[in-house]
Amino acid sequence: MSFPAVLRSEWTKIRTVASTVWTLAAAAVVTVGMSALLCVFLNSQFENMPKEQQLAFDPTASSFAGMSLGQAAVIVFGVLVVGTEYSTGMIRTSLAAVPRRGSFLAGKLLVATALALAVGLVTSFVSFFTGQALLGEHSIGIGEPNVLRAVFGAGLYMAVIALFAMGLTMVLRSSMLALGILLPFVFLLSPILGSVDATQKVAYFFPNVAGSRIMQTVPAVLDGSEPPYGPWGGFGIMAAWAALAVVAGYAVLRKRDA
Amino acid sequence: MIELEALTKRFGAKTAVDNLSFQVKPGVVTGFLGPNGAGKSTTMRMMLDLDNPTSGTVRIDGKHYRDLSEPLKHIGALLDAKAMHGGRSAYNNLLCLAQSNRIPASRVGEVLDLVGLTAVAKKKSKGFSLGMGQRLGIAAALLGDPEILMFDEPVNGLDPEGILWIRNLMKGLAGEGRTVFVSSHLMSEMALTADHLIVIGQGKLLADMSMAEFIHQNSRSFVRLRSPQQEQLKDLLHAEGIAAAALPDSGALEVDGVASEQLGELAARHGIVLHELSPQRASLEEAFMRMTADSVEYQAHAPGAPAAGVGGQAGPADAPAWGAGAEATSKGGR
Ligand SMILES: Nc1ncnc2c1ncn2[C@@H]1O[C@H](COP(=O)(O)OP(=O)(O)OP(=O)(O)O)[C@@H](O)[C@H]1O
Ligand SMILES: [Mg+2]
Repeated sequence: MSFPAVLRSEWTKIRTVASTVWTLAAAAVVTVGMSALLCVFLNSQFENMPKEQQLAFDPTASSFAGMSLGQAAVIVFGVLVVGTEYSTGMIRTSLAAVPRRGSFLAGKLLVATALALAVGLVTSFVSFFTGQALLGEHSIGIGEPNVLRAVFGAGLYMAVIALFAMGLTMVLRSSMLALGILLPFVFLLSPILGSVDATQKVAYFFPNVAGSRIMQTVPAVLDGSEPPYGPWGGFGIMAAWAALAVVAGYAVLRKRDA
Repeated sequence: MIELEALTKRFGAKTAVDNLSFQVKPGVVTGFLGPNGAGKSTTMRMMLDLDNPTSGTVRIDGKHYRDLSEPLKHIGALLDAKAMHGGRSAYNNLLCLAQSNRIPASRVGEVLDLVGLTAVAKKKSKGFSLGMGQRLGIAAALLGDPEILMFDEPVNGLDPEGILWIRNLMKGLAGEGRTVFVSSHLMSEMALTADHLIVIGQGKLLADMSMAEFIHQNSRSFVRLRSPQQEQLKDLLHAEGIAAAALPDSGALEVDGVASEQLGELAARHGIVLHELSPQRASLEEAFMRMTADSVEYQAHAPGAPAAGVGGQAGPADAPAWGAGAEATSKGGR
């Protein structure tokens, strides 16, 4: 089995369905748009903010804050890339063509993750520069400490959250089920558990919470609760989750009947 | 060449495929016949390494499917016509398959032309009719110009013209020396296409023989007799040592293995009036039904009859068979 051939095939698959274009475009537009709005708002309200908030203000993270919503579209992208194979029955045709489960899975995940990374990086850079332009005198330059890492990190975050979604969908073999778990997890469970003292320490280790640490340049010193890892440590935790999901997905693909 | 060795598949407590061993040889159309739920599709999925066998093996040209480096160039299969992404055009659905096996993109146009879908090549496949979907699936099977072709109920949803087309296609492919394996639950369809038959019921092999042999063994010919003097006729036949079966409602008699001429002359000699003297031949469909009768799973029940076993999970023991009481069938013909 020629692996480049599998990659080409998966690339054709991904570029010839409308959902790819729509979900990734939505991720970019929502992230850039929401971030820009927030930056305009912050810039105009900065003087009215309490002193401690002004001190902890993170112009970098603010300029892609919209990613917290934009990631929903990236999750949908990841879920659909895998889930439609199952919902359409295409999986049987695909596996008959590429019977080596490892090649099939690696090809699909590599192509989709690379695409999510490309879109994520473009989105984070565009979002950063747009946001900084709108923040006016409160803006920060890309050359300042940790800023470039955070902007790159935002792109990486997009790619890894997509990979996590793909792995999980591979396990569940259903788009509906995967979305039904992932979206409430990211948008309800994480923020709720993260805001309650007793459960916050657990929430720190959720993939989306740990991963988003890489987008921040200013530690959240205010409430004194700092996660027990740095930006790359947090990203590592997220990547470990994604790896776990992919390994589990691979096990399911090997074990179960298609 | 496809070789199955003691292939078995269980779903929980249910044995869908039971210790199947047979070979599918090149140059002929091999029909794979069995009633609904007999295990045909499951067997085919295992041949393509989609379902994992509980035990046993399948070899394609001596290899496991997973070890074929570019499988579409060895074996092409139509399993389920809808096994494509509906949001993708017919052309693109085939293109991604072709690319994965390093089949030139020009071949996509060729097979679309072959199945008559050129005009809708750029259309999304979700708008396709059942017949068009079937043709797209056949195009996918032909993509790698494989030596082995496998079709699971290919005539499903095709109009008469389409059925004729696929029949000729399969014969043509076999004529070129390829291995053609096609499933159906219709004996009449197979009789027109297949040169060789493999019959299964409840996952077990019931027959593996040439079509000619199957016809020879299974098409019972008999003579139907009707007479206003039925009792006299019965006595006469009995006296001559000819076995006759009386049909309950029509009042006719059926005689096996004696020529109609002989029966007519016999009746004339004894002055018995005959209203009917007709040579009959049981259809292959009937022969197939007799063969699989005790292994039919999804059986229609007369209204009002106890519903036990309807819908499937009932074992063979409590499933009243149609042919119950019929004399021994040529089960296990090999
Ligand atoms: N994934 C599955 N899980 C559980 N049981 C299954 C599964 N697939 C098939 N079966 C059972 O296995 C048996 C064989 O099914 P299969 O689809 O292979 O039959 P078939 O011969 O193709 O029938 P048909 O003519 O209706 O297509 C059936 O009783 C079916 O209910
Ligand atoms: Mg079937």
